[in-house]
Amino acid sequence: MRYLPLTDTDRSEMLAKIGAGSIDDLFVDVPEVARLDGPIRDLPMHASEMAVERHMKARAAKNLAAGDAPFFLGAGAYRHHVPASVDHIIQRGEFLTAYTPYQPEIAQGTLQMLFEFQSQVARLYGCAVANASLYDGSTACWEAVAMATRVTRKKRAVLSGALHPHYSEVVRTMAHFTGDVIADSAPAIQAEPDLDGLTSRIDEDTACVVVQYPDILGRISDLTPVAEAAHAVGALLVVVNTEPVALGAIKAPGEMGADIVVGEGQSIGVGLQFGGPYLGLFAVRDPKHVRQMPGRLCGETTDAEGKRGFVLTLSTREQHIRREKATSNICTNSGLCALAFSVHMNLLGEKGLRELAAENHRLACLAADRLEKVPGVKLLNNTFFNEFTLMLDGKPAREIVRDLADRGVLGGVSLGRLYPGVEALEHALLVAVTETTTEEDIETLARELEASVKGAVQ
Amino acid sequence: MNAPNKSGWKPEMTVAEDGLHNGPATTTGNRALMLEEPLIFEIGHAETTGVDLPEIDPQASTRLGALKRSAPIGLVGLTEPETVRHYTRLSRQNYGIDLGFFPLGSCTMKHNPRLNEKLARLPGYADIHPLAPQNSVQGALEVIYELGGWLKTLTGMPAVAMSPKAGAHGELCGILAIRAAHEARGDAREVVLVPESAHGTNPATAAFAGYRVEDIPATAEGRVDVAKLKERLGPDVAAVMITNPNTCGLFEKDFREIADAVHEAGGYVYCDGANFNAIVGRVRPGDLGVDAMHINLHKTFSTPHGGGGPGSGPVVFSEALEPFAPLPFVRKHDDGTFELVEEEAREASRGQTFGRMTAFHGQMGMFTRALTYMLSHGADGLKQVAEDAVLNANYILRNLEDTLYAPFADSGPCMHEALFGDKGFENGLTTLDLAKGLIDEGYHPMTVYFPLVVHGAMLIEPTETESKAAIDQFITAIRSIAERARAGDETLKQAPYYAPRRRLDETAAARKPKLAWQEPED
Repeated sequence: MRYLPLTDTDRSEMLAKIGAGSIDDLFVDVPEVARLDGPIRDLPMHASEMAVERHMKARAAKNLAAGDAPFFLGAGAYRHHVPASVDHIIQRGEFLTAYTPYQPEIAQGTLQMLFEFQSQVARLYGCAVANASLYDGSTACWEAVAMATRVTRKKRAVLSGALHPHYSEVVRTMAHFTGDVIADSAPAIQAEPDLDGLTSRIDEDTACVVVQYPDILGRISDLTPVAEAAHAVGALLVVVNTEPVALGAIKAPGEMGADIVVGEGQSIGVGLQFGGPYLGLFAVRDPKHVRQMPGRLCGETTDAEGKRGFVLTLSTREQHIRREKATSNICTNSGLCALAFSVHMNLLGEKGLRELAAENHRLACLAADRLEKVPGVKLLNNTFFNEFTLMLDGKPAREIVRDLADRGVLGGVSLGRLYPGVEALEHALLVAVTETTTEEDIETLARELEASVKGAVQ
Repeated sequence: MNAPNKSGWKPEMTVAEDGLHNGPATTTGNRALMLEEPLIFEIGHAETTGVDLPEIDPQASTRLGALKRSAPIGLVGLTEPETVRHYTRLSRQNYGIDLGFFPLGSCTMKHNPRLNEKLARLPGYADIHPLAPQNSVQGALEVIYELGGWLKTLTGMPAVAMSPKAGAHGELCGILAIRAAHEARGDAREVVLVPESAHGTNPATAAFAGYRVEDIPATAEGRVDVAKLKERLGPDVAAVMITNPNTCGLFEKDFREIADAVHEAGGYVYCDGANFNAIVGRVRPGDLGVDAMHINLHKTFSTPHGGGGPGSGPVVFSEALEPFAPLPFVRKHDDGTFELVEEEAREASRGQTFGRMTAFHGQMGMFTRALTYMLSHGADGLKQVAEDAVLNANYILRNLEDTLYAPFADSGPCMHEALFGDKGFENGLTTLDLAKGLIDEGYHPMTVYFPLVVHGAMLIEPTETESKAAIDQFITAIRSIAERARAGDETLKQAPYYAPRRRLDETAAARKPKLAWQEPED
């Protein structure tokens, strides 16, 4: 019981002070039917640090860590190198064990960090204002759709077919209950995204158009025409980005007329962690939309002595003040992940982020050129940043991925897993390359992919 | 008063003749160990970086189409030593559990064990991709399954959804399952009933899921008014959302009776599990008739609050709601292997699932921490957790009820938290003034102005990880401030005096919002 400071002597003294005969007297209001006598029998009893460590290490050992194999998975979660000082800083107790900064006089550390974070995200996205983060990219995407329906007072959202399928699934799930109408489809397997097809679905009832950039197949396109088509009927353009490193090499969504930009911040500082906790980024291009935003916002002010300081502000949008009329039910943000992002981004800086993006792109080009030479493999994309789609002959991509895993290579994400039942995507493999990928890794993948596509068994 | 320690040592406060504690102003604005720190944008540069990467080759061919970035991003960088110093200085302006006591009612700010942090960082957990082939992540799926098993056993509920990312996200998960269940039987309902004393997330969640929210009043003893609730039940009521133990710190004695009435009327019972710490290992919500309940891993199961997230909010379900639970979930096969059931297996398993709440499968980093904590405590330790948490809270209640107004002192024992009001403060002093006074005494204030059913509410939750000595010292501190408030001591209105900042102007912050750094205009 190493986490429990009370001694039996303390407990007796305290019960006496309270005037209770035993601890059970404090649970008298629990009805008979729900009382447990002893500890729950189906669970183990307490254990030492050593024993717990053994238990957890045994399970960790059953997983193939990304760093222990040539690794090419992306699809909304990317493996980047995180400098050692990032983890050192987020483990400082003053950050790790702090509460939401509702008492600003003793939370300036968290608050100033959030103000810096908001400023970084706004600049990265080409927007005016970013919030203090949401759960992750997919929930941020839904919040953007919900916000667009509030701003435009319309109920229809047009989703690009090339939006991450988990993101559209989250939006569809929520919209089913709120009565919003969602139009979407699976992506067309072609070198260029069908933006004309997308804009042709925008009508007078459209609240927003949601487009991913770079999209789920890795393609990059200028979204200015989509913004213009949306704005022509009073709809908003929502741009989703799942790879923030890309924005060190390509135009910011705000530059192309996006009204709301959302995305996943996991690439910067957070790590893979099997899918969570991640970091939802959310920003608006026009400051007039600020009061419709979900989530926390940190703002600058002064204290009673005139010193600069920071506070959570515009809280009347939030659930703890506005209850059923709040802009969202969200109560938290991803504070510690936002800190990791901000520290890593600050270490990179303008120069480092651009260099990181260039290095990702250089290696991805190298990989695309090499993998395209593998017999039975075609590169789909004309454009990409650090992720592209390969079309494979022979077996479905999902089997090839399993096959590669058996050969010790984590070779990519099969689109069939993300789009069950969409036949055209059964043979599509999504390959991501980052600065952590070596040229040797690329060579290994090319070799093993060739063997697998041929169906040769080593 | 109890001696603060065996030798009776305590720091003496020396007061200057003018009653102030300030020496002369310093040139830098720093005060010894308290160092002021500018924004990164004020000290960093576009060309500075703390990461060594290859120089960009301007001649390199690209596949970026016409989208190559030309405009600067507007970011700045610092080298590693400057970065470490920047954040270390900022960190020292923060209160944290590692430093002291966080008596935040309804938030369960307990100690965050470092073993949790160590094990969550094993590469086998921290460095695995959510879409890795399932045969390469069997250990991770096992952890999710194992943690789900603990949650089901501790709550006495048959099903669990692990993907919700936080408490409020868990509420949404439970409420959507309830909506889906009503839809499935062609019984659309519009109303969700929520007690006045509920967390703001409850009504916000119900509204976000498309329901109309109606309040249920509380009785004078701080519990749900069962008669009024039963009166309101009917064919339009989809669910009741009740927090138990409730936000007045009391156990809802009539919960079973309420649940039976709600079920009788065709509705479902949602339980807000924010306060599960008070009953973990001693009471199973499943035995009370709960249909859905979220569990905040960052409260009861010690994963860090991190200055506001990330949390994690798995939801347990009754048999009635199990078919509607969201995707994905983990299934164990007879051969001992684990399968992550996603959309492709939808029809074969949870054909009636309401859908997906988030990309991927939930807060794995929090699952490893929470499971580590559960294994450390075991069933016996968790029961002791609830008992010590409740003992500490009652000890505070009985030590303060003669100094602070305790509206529900006669409603029986409190559970994990004690509720007080501002009755008897003189000279216009408020709960906020008392809270800010506590800051000077070295404490994070308690939860203030919540729940709304008590004027100037102060909600104190000590948790089980505070020692008796720490609680005695806290009682002494809060008594002294409460006495000052009752005596109308005006100096409290300017507190805190010793924090890194004095009171901040929140009105100005909201009137002219400055939400991002701007280059100063020349």
